[in-house]
Amino acid sequence: MIFKSHIRVEDLNVYYGREQALKNINLEIPEKMITVIIGPSGCGKTTLLKSFNRLLDLQEEVRYSGRIIVDGEDILSPKVEITRIRKKMGLLSQKPCSLPMSIYDNVAYGPRIHGIKDKKALNRIVEHYLNEVGLWEEVKGRLNEPAGRLSIGQQQRLSLARGLAVEPEIILGDEPTSALDPISSKRIEEKFWELKNNYTIVLVTHILRQARRLADYVIFLYLGEVIEAGAAKEIFENPKQELTREYIKGIIS
Amino acid sequence: MKEKPIILSGRFWRRVEERFFLGLMLFSCGVIFLGLVLIVLDIFIKGLPALSWSMISQSPKGGFYLGKGGGILNAIIGSLVLASGASLIAFFLSLPLVLYLNIYLKRTSGISAFIRFSLDVLWGVPSIVYGAFGFTIMVFFGLKASLLGGMIAVSLLIFPIMSRAMDEVMRMVPRELLEASYSVGTTRFETGLKIVLRQTFPGIITAVLIAFGRGIGDAASVIFTAGYSDYISVSLFRPVATLPLAIFYQLGTPFPEVQDRAYASGLILTVIIISISLVTRFLSKRFHKYIVK
Repeated sequence: MIFKSHIRVEDLNVYYGREQALKNINLEIPEKMITVIIGPSGCGKTTLLKSFNRLLDLQEEVRYSGRIIVDGEDILSPKVEITRIRKKMGLLSQKPCSLPMSIYDNVAYGPRIHGIKDKKALNRIVEHYLNEVGLWEEVKGRLNEPAGRLSIGQQQRLSLARGLAVEPEIILGDEPTSALDPISSKRIEEKFWELKNNYTIVLVTHILRQARRLADYVIFLYLGEVIEAGAAKEIFENPKQELTREYIKGIIS
Repeated sequence: MKEKPIILSGRFWRRVEERFFLGLMLFSCGVIFLGLVLIVLDIFIKGLPALSWSMISQSPKGGFYLGKGGGILNAIIGSLVLASGASLIAFFLSLPLVLYLNIYLKRTSGISAFIRFSLDVLWGVPSIVYGAFGFTIMVFFGLKASLLGGMIAVSLLIFPIMSRAMDEVMRMVPRELLEASYSVGTTRFETGLKIVLRQTFPGIITAVLIAFGRGIGDAASVIFTAGYSDYISVSLFRPVATLPLAIFYQLGTPFPEVQDRAYASGLILTVIIISISLVTRFLSKRFHKYIVK
């Protein structure tokens, strides 16, 4: 599979205290495609995802080494401006997390932080991104209500809108549908299908069927190591590694 | 065949256990409630007859402590101003501290454990020690007993209470909320200001008002530092009257009618503190709607 890589991981090692969570990871993540990271619980999927936007730094007793190159820049370097890195990457977490403010302010939060003050511009941004995630029609009459009053599925789409509003290049999703009902999950998945035209998307999931539906590129992690990475079709239909085959068949989990 | 009685006796003892501990819990509730009722009743019964409009609308006149006319308006105003000032000082010390503890430091950090331990120790220091300490500082800076001195001493007293109370609510802020905020590219400070403060706002109000209530009721910390004055004064550098000391001085006289006024003063102080509790509840409910659960 030939692709232009957007994120390149070189010799990444991550430790929590004495435990090694990721071992010598070398990877390329293709641009403007959906990359899905699969693997059993506790294999380091979320750790890998959170190292892309350095949320890893918030973990207790974390140490890491190696390089992660995004747009030619090593984002693990201590010199890098961390807020700029995070702005490049929208994050969708497992449980939708609305900020303690109104629906409008949730979307306007990022743009305001990055200096947009003009009321009309903000209105445009809020409407645009709420439309983008298919929430505008549902909430346009109650933009000033607390975001916490929306349903879980709506909150997850609101989180997506909040992430998109700072114009990231990459969208990171950490099992973004795991707390949602089937219909809401489906809407989020469809959104990813649309968004991959403009964004590089990296998803963590433990739902193999979801991985099959969405993935262009698959990374299989097992006990902190990359066992196999490649085009989705190859991994699902003709995996090279025995472990991958067993995981996909459901023998190991 | 032997099993049956064992099961039965197990069931019996479990029921006894359940009843016993439930009884214990109800007993504790009863003691607390009874204590509150008795104290409030005592103050009301003894204080209400001595309470008059002049008590709360006038300053002491000549011979007030011998049973002549006047009131304790000086102490009411003094206490409110002093406790507000002290709360303000404590607030501006507490807020940066708890933000540092909860946003900049990690949970397992040794520094944060040390700071929390220090606060707990400070919490336990008797208020008379803060009074004496405040007095030493004042002497060092050449300050006399004054409103400012009292504010500083009381702020030292309530600072650990306020910061620990704020700390407890900030520790409950979900990590996902911080991550959601950081992931749009905010700095720690922006997240602290715009997310953590908003999320914990009701808790912060509660912390401030609990500390205020503690500060306004304390006598030992103000006895050397704020002094006393029979005049209404809000100058930072003049002595100021406070309610706890008004009670103390009136109770100290040999005249029953003045002692009754001490209870009336106690009643006023109690009513102020109860109103603060009610305002706290009201405010924290009002600001509750945006909180993310």
